[in-house]
Amino acid sequence: MTEPMLSRPRYPGLSADPHAKLNLIVCEGEGAGAVLDLAAKAPDGFFSRAAILFCATGASGSTYQTKLESLQPANFWVLPSIATAMFRLKGVLATATMGTRLYAAGTEPFIGSVLQEALAVGIDFKSVFTEHRGSAKRRIQCVHCKGLTEDVTASPFTCAHCGLTLFVRDHYSRRLGAFQGVCVDAEVPGEVPPVEELYP
Amino acid sequence: MGLMFKDETYRGDFTFYNSPEAIRHFPFPFHEDKYMYAVNIEPHAPGPKGSAYEFPIDVDEHYVADMKDRAIVLAEDPLRCQSLPHMITAEWDLVELLMTSMSEAYPEHFTLTRNGDAWHWINRPLGIDDEFTFGDTSTLRYPPMEYITRQCQGDFCLLDQRDGDLWMDSGMVTSQADWSLDFDIGMSFKEWHAPVPLAHEVGIFDRALKFLLAMQIGRPVRRLNWTMTINPRLDTSPENYHKWGTDRTTVTPENVGDKVHLRVELQALWRLPRSNAIVFSIRGYLIKMREVATIPKWSRRLHRVLKTLPPELAAYKGLTRYQQMTIDWLAKHDDGAPTTPGVWPE
Amino acid sequence: MSAPAEIRVRVTEAEAVTPAIKRLKLVPVTSNALPDFSGGAHTVVHYTDGPRHVRNPYSLMGSPFDSSAYQISVLRVPDSRGGSALIHDSVNEGTEITITSPINLFPIDRRARRHILIAGGIGITPFMAMTAQLDREGADFQLHYAMRCRDTGAYWKVLQGLYGHRVHTYFDDSNQTLPLTRLLDGQPLGTHLYVCGPAGMIDWVLKTARHAGWPDENVHYERFAAPPPGNTFAVELAKSKRTIEVGPRESVLEAIEAAGIEPQFLCRGGACGQCETAVVCADGTLQHNDHYLSDDEKASGKKMMICVSRFEGARLVLDL
Repeated sequence: MTEPMLSRPRYPGLSADPHAKLNLIVCEGEGAGAVLDLAAKAPDGFFSRAAILFCATGASGSTYQTKLESLQPANFWVLPSIATAMFRLKGVLATATMGTRLYAAGTEPFIGSVLQEALAVGIDFKSVFTEHRGSAKRRIQCVHCKGLTEDVTASPFTCAHCGLTLFVRDHYSRRLGAFQGVCVDAEVPGEVPPVEELYP
Repeated sequence: MGLMFKDETYRGDFTFYNSPEAIRHFPFPFHEDKYMYAVNIEPHAPGPKGSAYEFPIDVDEHYVADMKDRAIVLAEDPLRCQSLPHMITAEWDLVELLMTSMSEAYPEHFTLTRNGDAWHWINRPLGIDDEFTFGDTSTLRYPPMEYITRQCQGDFCLLDQRDGDLWMDSGMVTSQADWSLDFDIGMSFKEWHAPVPLAHEVGIFDRALKFLLAMQIGRPVRRLNWTMTINPRLDTSPENYHKWGTDRTTVTPENVGDKVHLRVELQALWRLPRSNAIVFSIRGYLIKMREVATIPKWSRRLHRVLKTLPPELAAYKGLTRYQQMTIDWLAKHDDGAPTTPGVWPE
Repeated sequence: MSAPAEIRVRVTEAEAVTPAIKRLKLVPVTSNALPDFSGGAHTVVHYTDGPRHVRNPYSLMGSPFDSSAYQISVLRVPDSRGGSALIHDSVNEGTEITITSPINLFPIDRRARRHILIAGGIGITPFMAMTAQLDREGADFQLHYAMRCRDTGAYWKVLQGLYGHRVHTYFDDSNQTLPLTRLLDGQPLGTHLYVCGPAGMIDWVLKTARHAGWPDENVHYERFAAPPPGNTFAVELAKSKRTIEVGPRESVLEAIEAAGIEPQFLCRGGACGQCETAVVCADGTLQHNDHYLSDDEKASGKKMMICVSRFEGARLVLDL
């Protein structure tokens, strides 16, 4: 089963919406770099209408934090994990109004989580500006038990929930924010191909 | 005369088989001795009496067993039926389409009485007699799509039309060929077709999408797709692949005739009137190699199709492990004589 | 693929709603019911009276829950190619005309948390059916309807009667302007905006929405271009091996249909993309008048929308 990646979202990179009343910028780890690059080309006054929600993962977290803060956004929040960042995002979106532009930068699972929150409040995924930075690790949904396994870098791998050995199918669900994992040895149990580090 | 519904199974002891009438009813998909993926969309117009195309919604001798199998799947995995909230209008459109069509085609089995929004539906084979208010979900025992598709053979997807695209936002999918509704729900037309090899490169999906976006009310269309299945198993879902995958290794030269099934999907699409959504129905038909061989033209042709199938397609359809054994078995039923054009038996 | 299915209907009511707007009620000639439809759908009216001929799209404005009859409103356009004038002059109670099966190119986005409908003048018609449907489905909607004056504005009293405070009217002659900027401010996420009206109004709404930071995905519009008149030109049809002349007041599509060829179409207004035709050779200038092809596609000269676009030059060959 080899297939092209037509269901995989494209992440064309951040660009500034000059008209948004609120630029809600959500970034994680290396994704902060994308926001700094955006700052270099954004129009004057852009960050006075911006709120930055930074998930400070990875070694360079604190360096990025200082640099992001120096952009002087109207609001700046630093949160320690994807889960806490999403909780804060949910809270901000609950009272946000039309005229809000959402930006997401970071790893693919992180962007996936942001898009799920957007979907929940009626934001079309096409209107979210995204940029992939950092690790190529994937979030995988086991098609059998439906459990999500985070930080998958290799295929096949073991489902964290049901323990089946799964290969990673290049099929992506925006609703789940995850790729699909399918049992690799369903036809001949135990016949498992060598592990490849595909998504470092 | 009414249909005689058979008591048979699609799991465990696998007692499913086709009567001679059901074999002639089978929508054999190959109109020539080779196969390549194509759009092959045609009007869903009434076909010959006794064929799977006679009525818009086909009910056959497997009806009761199909519905029983669906109920088992749903009891084990309720996520096989899902609908995003904005699809409720389309769900009611589907109730209207299926009840109208089934009661008009098979009045001895199904009766629909409408008095404004007060509807009365009788489904004799399943012993259902319900009065409900059309448009009021609280008056049915299940949400509208689930209610009616628990009573109609085949899988159903409701496609929302927005922004020049179609979105798989609703579905009842319990007898699929290796795709997951739970995973694909919410995807656009090209996204959910992503795993299909070869077809994207030749622009098939661009053309098909443009065609479907322009679909009109009252002008349904259909196409056929096919694969092969080991054992007469309706639920060949990826969800349960780790349970049925070993079936593919159980084929031997001796059991090909009974174990290997050609599985044909009659895919029919309708524009739904009030939601402007499209219903995409995927009705699966199974036939054993031994049953295929009772129609000499079909066994000759299937033998030649399998021999010349591109390897990528064979892999995608999951045939690789038993393709050669099946070819060898069918070879005994192919005398090399030319076949006539078209799908109908000679 | 083929042209849409046609239905023969009889006019059972022909009412001058205002001096320039004629409402027609249409019932099927041979059956009891017309196809059900969805709010925002249109039909193409086909009517011939001697040498005069019309084939124009009109929004269905009746309730989608009444399949016994369709209702359309025809605005008499003074400098038109004569189609609307022909309907005003010679289509009356009892007249039989042909319409196409309904097509919806302006559908409701049911994901919306709130629907804001903005109409200008005759652009009210698709919203007549949409409001009926949104109301029945229990959706959160509001209608903002701008007209020149109380006398020439159609249906606003009916709509106020049906939907009360959800209908807001604005009359030019009373110096009332639609407060669009204020309206766009502070709406909940997931609100969708729909606009139908004169081209200038659509442009204004789209631009104002973008400047208010609304994503394009939340803004919907229906814009049918009328085929503009121009100079006579010839079209060679490569497949049918014929040459057709396109007169100053007809479109390529109409000229081809008059020659007995039935190409695919849905909107006849440059919006839906169905009549997209490959240009085999164009020695001259293609005059693209549609809203469908991208600027790059228009510049490439390889495609044209034959319902509204024209040609000026030495030779045009189409893949038809």
